[in-house]
Amino acid sequence: MSPRSGKAKRPVGLPAIVRSSDSLAGVFAALGDPTRLRLVAVLCAGGAFSIAQLTASTEISRQGVTKHLQVLADAGVVSDVRSGRERLWQLEPAQIEEAKRTLEVIGRHWEVALGRLKTFVEAG
Amino acid sequence: MSATSTTDRIERTVVIDAPRERVWRALANAEEFGTWFGANLKGQAFAPGKRARGQLTFAGYEHVYFDVVIDRMEPPSLLSYRWHPYNLDPSVDYEKEQPTLVTFTLEESPGKGTVLTVVETGFDNVPPGRRLEAFRMNSAGWKSQLDKFVRHVTT
Repeated sequence: MSPRSGKAKRPVGLPAIVRSSDSLAGVFAALGDPTRLRLVAVLCAGGAFSIAQLTASTEISRQGVTKHLQVLADAGVVSDVRSGRERLWQLEPAQIEEAKRTLEVIGRHWEVALGRLKTFVEAG
Repeated sequence: MSATSTTDRIERTVVIDAPRERVWRALANAEEFGTWFGANLKGQAFAPGKRARGQLTFAGYEHVYFDVVIDRMEPPSLLSYRWHPYNLDPSVDYEKEQPTLVTFTLEESPGKGTVLTVVETGFDNVPPGRRLEAFRMNSAGWKSQLDKFVRHVTT
């Protein structure tokens, strides 16, 4: 998957976020809202969704959903793409890569834990 | 390659210079498990279908509970349990979420001791926001706490 070569103005997605704790706080703030978390959960299914599709999953207005998506976009969690006259929303592709990286982090925790187990058992 | 398989599962292996029965005890005896894992499991016992629970013993994480439901115990080759990974926030009810399944398998390796493999599956069912907790754990110095602990038990 090649990154967005055309608009490399600023780093986006979690790679940018983990570099800066301010941005990381921004992501948690963005996700710290039930409506936005639900939108992210829908987008997690994969693919691009229209505002109409996303509005169907909530009880709030189209404008409200757009506002929430904008907050998520500002935090680098989602991005929008144009499809003809429609504006579609998707999970920032880097996020999917980051989900894999999350597992690497957890995997490292396991490596450390298994290292402790090895030390513990071999000591007696 | 499907995105599901690459984001759902972790597998790690370690070779331990000790007989399989000894490694099994360090896993199946709850108190021994707690000693190397870093949780206070005194008075707890692992048994299929039963819950075991105890506070973590890492500085700064004492409010977090190691909290598992044992799935299978097949001595001396397999132990599995379900838990909620990185359950760091006391205000969140993790019971509503799908747990992940952790499976330890032990194989005898002639001349080398025991090959221990841990597989954790079910991450695709963890809510996306919660996946980020792993990063928070990392940036909050989880690793440095573990490093301190490793130094403590190896000296």
